[in-house]
Amino acid sequence: MTETAPEKSLDVAAFRPPRNQWWDVWDQFKVHKGALAGSLVFGLIVLFCFVGPWFWPYDATFIDIRSRNQGMSLAHPFGTDQLGRDIMARMMAGGQVSLAVGIVAMLLSILIGTLIGVVSGYFRRIDGLMMRMTDLFLALPLLPLLLVMSMLFRQPLSAVFGVEMGMFLLIVTAIGITSWMRTARVVRGDVLALKEREYVLAARSIGTPPRRLILRHILPNVLSPVMVSATLMIATAIITESALSFLGMGFPPDFPTWGRLVYDGIDYLQQYPSRAMLPGVFISLTVLSVNYIGDGLRDALDPRIRGR
Amino acid sequence: MFNYTLRRLLLAIPTLLFIALAIFLLLELSPGDPMADMPLTIPPEVREQMRLALGLGEAWYIRFFKWLYLFSVVEPSHVLANMTGLDWLAIEGQRIISFQTRSPVGDIIAQRLPQTLWVVGLSYIFGIMVAVPIGIYSAYRQYSWFDQAGTFISMVGFSLPTFFTGPLLMLIFSIWLGWFPIIYDTTLVVDSWYDFGLQLRQMAMPVFVLTLYNAAQITRFMRASMLDNLTQDYVRTARSKGMTEKVVVLVHVLRNSMIPVITVIALGIPTIFTGAIITEQIFRVNGLGALLITAIYASDIPMVLTLSVVFAILIVLFNLIADLLYAVFDPRIRYD
Repeated sequence: MTETAPEKSLDVAAFRPPRNQWWDVWDQFKVHKGALAGSLVFGLIVLFCFVGPWFWPYDATFIDIRSRNQGMSLAHPFGTDQLGRDIMARMMAGGQVSLAVGIVAMLLSILIGTLIGVVSGYFRRIDGLMMRMTDLFLALPLLPLLLVMSMLFRQPLSAVFGVEMGMFLLIVTAIGITSWMRTARVVRGDVLALKEREYVLAARSIGTPPRRLILRHILPNVLSPVMVSATLMIATAIITESALSFLGMGFPPDFPTWGRLVYDGIDYLQQYPSRAMLPGVFISLTVLSVNYIGDGLRDALDPRIRGR
Repeated sequence: MFNYTLRRLLLAIPTLLFIALAIFLLLELSPGDPMADMPLTIPPEVREQMRLALGLGEAWYIRFFKWLYLFSVVEPSHVLANMTGLDWLAIEGQRIISFQTRSPVGDIIAQRLPQTLWVVGLSYIFGIMVAVPIGIYSAYRQYSWFDQAGTFISMVGFSLPTFFTGPLLMLIFSIWLGWFPIIYDTTLVVDSWYDFGLQLRQMAMPVFVLTLYNAAQITRFMRASMLDNLTQDYVRTARSKGMTEKVVVLVHVLRNSMIPVITVIALGIPTIFTGAIITEQIFRVNGLGALLITAIYASDIPMVLTLSVVFAILIVLFNLIADLLYAVFDPRIRYD
């Protein structure tokens, strides 16, 4: 009995039909309960923010001064604010902005980080220069710099792209260009190791040009650390945007984001505590779930753990 | 090692110069006008003279070099003079003047520093004191209920932004329970036990908020580092020689696991000085973070520039210290 057991598992392994490696990743990801719960919560929040407004009759900026400061009711599940705007609709609109900022800023920062990481890992000649630049960015005091930048470019960008779009571009760019350094370092380290592998040598020996070598052979192999830092970056970007809005340096007052809603709600903390707490809970839930997804992804994408 | 330190210090100078120049140019582009708060009835020629009096008349590079001279020579001399009590050390003449208050930037920073150091510094120390034991025990009993709970709490503490936990604590402890005051009173002079109690009460919430955040981050590193070391061969050797678990974990493993954690702690120290900007804003602690925010709102260029460069110096310095500590604690690492 004891002897047949390992044989059987060997059989299963031998006859398992070939399949995409992403199924293995998914199998490992499923085991991580926190990551599963995180994906579920994150999915629900995304649905709430992006599909919710189709079904919700109120507009986020519709002012109904007669029904202001209402508590929770069937008509207004989260109540209304001091101008009678429906808080549920504002939460949806705010979530759209916060999530969009998080995702676009993440894409930008990952793009810059991967580009700099790959280039400085692959091309010896500019490595020193690139890494000095990374160190320099790491030494910048980020939050003060973000605040100064958002104060600086607020007017000119609003004039060119309109208030909302200008602010969106400003915040996304500001977060993107101040948060790529970690990704760049991780990617550079991986590229340095990958570059010495035999298969890269083989590819180079048949005359593969650097561009294709990077795109076909090196990039796919640094994908997993990039994905992990991408998820974590969404969380950081959402927190940074909310912090900026919270300090009054983010989007304009009539344009709700979660951070802005917390900021506005603080004034009414004594009378209507839910007004500051609800958006806070949403930010926290989003960040928590994204961090759990990142944790699960890290485990799932690590081939050393996946086999166990 | 000495050569390495020297080289890094020399390399830090151009880095810092570049950062200072970048921040200066950013502020130079800024549309904010330090004269914006002045009454509109001031005639334009007087307004122009007031601008000149603020030193805004000269070309940007001259202003930058003047600021650089004041920042690197005059202000340190005053700080030294204050610290040692020797007045002759201070260089007479022009100092960096804040546009808002018309008093020297160095003095204002010296006034605000204690609040930040007390609140943020204490929370950092508490964070370390909480995080290290939790990290050790979590790793030692991996996947036990303690570990699960610890990991969950550290994940929560890591994810909850301070601008959520701050108001939440305020709501519970100030508004509903009435235990702690909402606003931090900086004018409080502690000279009796009663005042000491007040000071403790007003510090409780901001310190707790920041402690939760710091502890969450350090716990994660501590646990991961302990887990890495617990599976090493030398642990088995130590156990097989008959050492007690206490010695194995607290002497052999802990000493090795502390190496990366110490560098993480050193890297976090600049954040003590930058002052948790958001927490200070929530609880109205008028520390350095709050100072920076008001300076940015008022486009007080000398203040913003000086503070940002001080922060950058701290970051560069503690990066270097972290790297050196790494070599001090880990004999395998040699910088040559």
